[in-house]
Amino acid sequence: MKSSVITFPGSNCDRDMDVALKKFGFKNKMVWHNDVEIPKSDLVVLPGGFSYGDYLRCGSMASKSKIMSSVINFAKSGGLVMGICNGFQILVETGLVPGVLLRNKYLEFICKNVFVKINNKKNTYFKNINKDVVEFHIAHNEGNYFCTKDQLTEIEDNQQIAINYCNKDGKIENQFNPNGSIKNIAGIFNKEKNVLGMMPHPERMIDTSLSGEDGSIFFKNLINNLK
Amino acid sequence: MIVNEQIAIEHGLKKDEYIKICELLKRTPNITELGIFSAMWNEHCSYKSSRLHLKKLPTKGKQVIQGPGENAGVVDIGDNDAIVFKIESHNHPSFIEPYQGAATGVGGIMRDVFTMGARPIANLNSIHFGSPQHKKTKNLLRGVVHGIGGYGNCIGVPTIAGQTNFDSSYNGNILVNAMTLGLVKKDKIFYSKAAGLNKPVIYVGSKTGRDGIHGASMASASFDEKIEEKKPTVQVGDPFTEKLLLEACLELMAGDSIIAIQDMGAAGLTSSSIEMASKGNLGIEINLNKVPCRETKMTPYEIMLSESQERMLIVLESGKEEHAKKIFDKWNLDFAVIGKTTKSKKIELYFDNEKVANIPVNTLVENSPMYDRKWKKSKLPKKNKFKKEDLKNLKIIDVLKKILSNPNVCSKEWIWQQYDHTVMGDTIQKPGGDSGVVRVHGTNKAVAASVDSSAVYCWAHPLTGGKQVVCESFRNLISVGAKPVAITNCLNFGSPENEENMGEFVECVQGIGEASEYLKFPVVSGNVSFYNQTKDEGIKPTPSIGGVGLIKDYHNMITMDFKENDNIVLVIGKTEGHIDQSLFARNILDEKNGPPPEINLFNEKNNGETLLKLIDNGFIKSAHDVSVGGIITAISKMCIKGNKGINLKKPKYLISEIEYYFAEDQGRYIIEISKNDLKKVTDILNKNAVHFDELGTINKNELYINDKTKVTIDELKTSNKDWLINYMSK
Repeated sequence: MKSSVITFPGSNCDRDMDVALKKFGFKNKMVWHNDVEIPKSDLVVLPGGFSYGDYLRCGSMASKSKIMSSVINFAKSGGLVMGICNGFQILVETGLVPGVLLRNKYLEFICKNVFVKINNKKNTYFKNINKDVVEFHIAHNEGNYFCTKDQLTEIEDNQQIAINYCNKDGKIENQFNPNGSIKNIAGIFNKEKNVLGMMPHPERMIDTSLSGEDGSIFFKNLINNLK
Repeated sequence: MIVNEQIAIEHGLKKDEYIKICELLKRTPNITELGIFSAMWNEHCSYKSSRLHLKKLPTKGKQVIQGPGENAGVVDIGDNDAIVFKIESHNHPSFIEPYQGAATGVGGIMRDVFTMGARPIANLNSIHFGSPQHKKTKNLLRGVVHGIGGYGNCIGVPTIAGQTNFDSSYNGNILVNAMTLGLVKKDKIFYSKAAGLNKPVIYVGSKTGRDGIHGASMASASFDEKIEEKKPTVQVGDPFTEKLLLEACLELMAGDSIIAIQDMGAAGLTSSSIEMASKGNLGIEINLNKVPCRETKMTPYEIMLSESQERMLIVLESGKEEHAKKIFDKWNLDFAVIGKTTKSKKIELYFDNEKVANIPVNTLVENSPMYDRKWKKSKLPKKNKFKKEDLKNLKIIDVLKKILSNPNVCSKEWIWQQYDHTVMGDTIQKPGGDSGVVRVHGTNKAVAASVDSSAVYCWAHPLTGGKQVVCESFRNLISVGAKPVAITNCLNFGSPENEENMGEFVECVQGIGEASEYLKFPVVSGNVSFYNQTKDEGIKPTPSIGGVGLIKDYHNMITMDFKENDNIVLVIGKTEGHIDQSLFARNILDEKNGPPPEINLFNEKNNGETLLKLIDNGFIKSAHDVSVGGIITAISKMCIKGNKGINLKKPKYLISEIEYYFAEDQGRYIIEISKNDLKKVTDILNKNAVHFDELGTINKNELYINDKTKVTIDELKTSNKDWLINYMSK
C-alpha cells in the first residue's frame, strides 16, 4: 500500500506520521507543499503541526497551497484523505469536511491521552476494528468542533461523525469533552466517508513505551482494509 | 551625536569603563561604536563579574566533546551520537512581558542548540514565581506557561520536564530558565569559529527590526518602578519562522558549505559577528545596507543592537552562496551576503558608503573588563527555635495532606498539559516523573534530563545548597535508570555589586564545583543571570542545574509509580531526622532558621551507583528520590502515580515518626522490589556499605501507618492535584 504525507511549512508531525505508516507496512512518500502532483497513493495524510504558523486561521493558508488542489481532486475522486490535528483544520478550511474548529473552550493548549468512541465502522478507516473505544492522544489549541444546527442534522443523518470523546467505558458526556466540541465530536467524515478529519493523533500511540498502543490497532486495521 | 561620559553611563557603562574604551581606541567612540561596546561589555555578554569564579568549575570528562564557550555543550553518547544541550535565563523580559519573554527564551535556547548542527529533541524549563498571594503571580504564571507552550509546541519539540516554584523573594523578579537538548552526529557538529580570508558572511532568517534594542543591557540592570518603560526592549518571537530556520539550517548543514555559524541572540548582530571573528582570530567587514530590515530608516546603531529573533550569521565556503540561497529561498527566509572575513582583526562596518565603526576585535573580547568583586562569606545559619514537644501534637496525615497541596510540591499537571510533550514520538517518560526521558530516535538508547533548584537551601547556606542542587540532579537521573553524564547551569542571583549577593554566588559556584567534580558530573554549558532584584532586594540565590543522563537500553527505564501489591519498599540512605530548612519546618512549623541538610558526597555517589547496579540487575520495580517533604511525601507520590497503597512501619530509630517521615536528609531513594529479591538486594546494599531501611509493603489503595492511622490514596491524590487547578481558576 502506498501513502503520501504532505509537508507544509510549519508541519511538525510529518515525520511521526511517516514513521507510523512505515511501521505498519505502508510505502510512504513525503510530498512538499509546493509540488503540483501527489504521487500514486492509496492514502494521503495531512499531518499535524502549525502550517504557516497558524497565521490568519489554523489551516487556512495551507488549504490554499499548491499541492492542495491535487489533494482535493484525489479526495473528490474517492481517494482516502486523512487529516490529523492541523490536517483536520486544513480539511475544514478546504470544505472537504463540514464545520469549523474553534479555540479550545478553556483557552489552553491540551496535551493528554483521551478515549474516543468509534461512531461509524462502515468505512475504510474503522471497518473490522475490534474495539469500540480506543485511547488516543490529543495535543492542540484549536480543536473545539463547531457547526450550524442544520449542518449538525445533516452530519448526523449521514452518519458523518467518526469519533466522539468519551470515558474508558464509552460514555459520551460533557465531563469527558476536553475542548468544548459540539456533541463531543473528535473526528468527522465527508459524506462519502473517504475523507476523515480528526483531532487525536493515532501516530503517537504506536508503541507500548509511548503513550499506548491503540494507534497500532488503528493503523494495522487501516492497512488491512486497504489490501 | 557626539559621545561623552554621560551618554556612556546612560548605556549602562561605568565611568572607568568608558575611560578604558577611549584608551583602547585611542579616541572617542562614535555612537554606533559605543553601542557595540555597551552590548559586549555588559554583564550578560561579558560575564565580567562571574568569569573569575566560573573558571573553577570542572568542565572536562571522558564524554565531554565541548565544554563551556560555545553555543552549547556537547557530550558523547556512543555510536557516533552526541547530545548538545544548554540552559539559559530569560528572567527580566519575562517579568516585563511574560508571554513574549518566555517564548523568546525558549526560541533562543533552541537556536543555540541547532546552531551546532543538532536537531532539538527535548525542551525543559525551570520557572520561579513570587508568592501565590502576590497580585502579579497568577498572570505571570499564566503568561509564562502560555509563552513556553506557544513557542515549543509550534516548533514541534516536546517539553519533557520542568520545575515550578513559588517564593516571595521572586515577587518582583520572576525566573524563567529554558533548556534544550539536541541530537547530532559526532562528526557533524558545527562551531562558531570563523576561518579563512575573504569568505562570505551570510545573514539568514527573519528581517531585522527595532525590537529588543538593548535587551542584553536591560538584562544587566536591576528593576525599579520605571520597569514598564522597558517593554520595547523585549523581543517578539515567531516560532513559525524559527521552525523554517531550523529546517533550512539543518538542510544546509547536511552538506559541507558552512565554515562557522552563530545565532544572533543577546546583542544580535554585534555579538554574533564579533564572536565568530574573535574565535577565528580574524576581522569581519559588514555592509549594513545589505542587512534585511523590517523597518525603514534604521540606523547602523539600531541594526547592530537589534535583538530581533530567528536570525543566524554564517561564514560560508566561497562559491557556495548560490547553493545556500536556494535552500533558504525554498523555506521562504531572507538570505543576504552582508560582508566578508578579513585579516584586519577588526570589526569594520559600512553604511551609505561610509565607515561607521572600526574596532579591534580584541578590545571587545579579551580586553573586556573582568572584576574580582568584593564578596562576603555567608553567615552561619541561626539556630532553630522550635521545640521537640511541639511535634508531638501534630498528626502525620494532616501534615502530609498540607505538604502534598503545598504550591511547591503539588502536581503541576495544569502546567505541563499545556506543553506538547509527546510530539516526535520518542517521549517515554512524560513530565511529572523524576526526569523526562526521550529515545534516541531509531535506537535502543534514551536520554534522560531533569532540571532542579533548591533556593531555600542555597539561601540558608550557599555552599551546601550549591552542592545539593547538583546531587539532586544526579539523583533524579539515577531514579529513572540513567547514568548521569553532565550538567548545564543557570546561575540566577542578585546584584554582583552587593557583597552579600556576590558572596552567595561565589559560595554556590564553589559548591556546584565540588559536587560535580566528585560525582564526575562536569559542567559543559551555562549562563549567569545577575541583577535579579527589584531596588535593593535580591532574590534567593537560585542556581538551576540541568542534568543529562544516558540509558543504554530504554526498556530498562525506571518510573516512580508503585507497581504491584505485596512488593517491598525500602529507603536507601540514612535518615538522621534533619528538619531545618525542610518544607515541613518552613511551612508547618513556620521555622525559617537552621542549616540545610548536609551533603555527604561519598554517600551520594555510593548510594546512586549502587542503585544503578540494582537497576542493571533488574531488581528495581520503581524508584524515586527523596527530596522536599521527606520520605512520606516521596512515597505518597509513588502511591498516587501507581494507584497503590502501602503499609508503613517506622524502623527502630531514636527520632520520632514525624521527624523520620518529613526530614530532608540527602542521598536517599525509595525503591520497590519483589519479595523474592529482598535477600539479593539487601546483600548488594550491604556489600556496598549502603544504609537502608525497610519501610513496608504495597497494598491496594490505602496508606497505613503502623496499622493505626490510614488514608485513602484518592484523598492524597485530591490534596496533591487540586491546589494549582483551583488557584488558576479563581
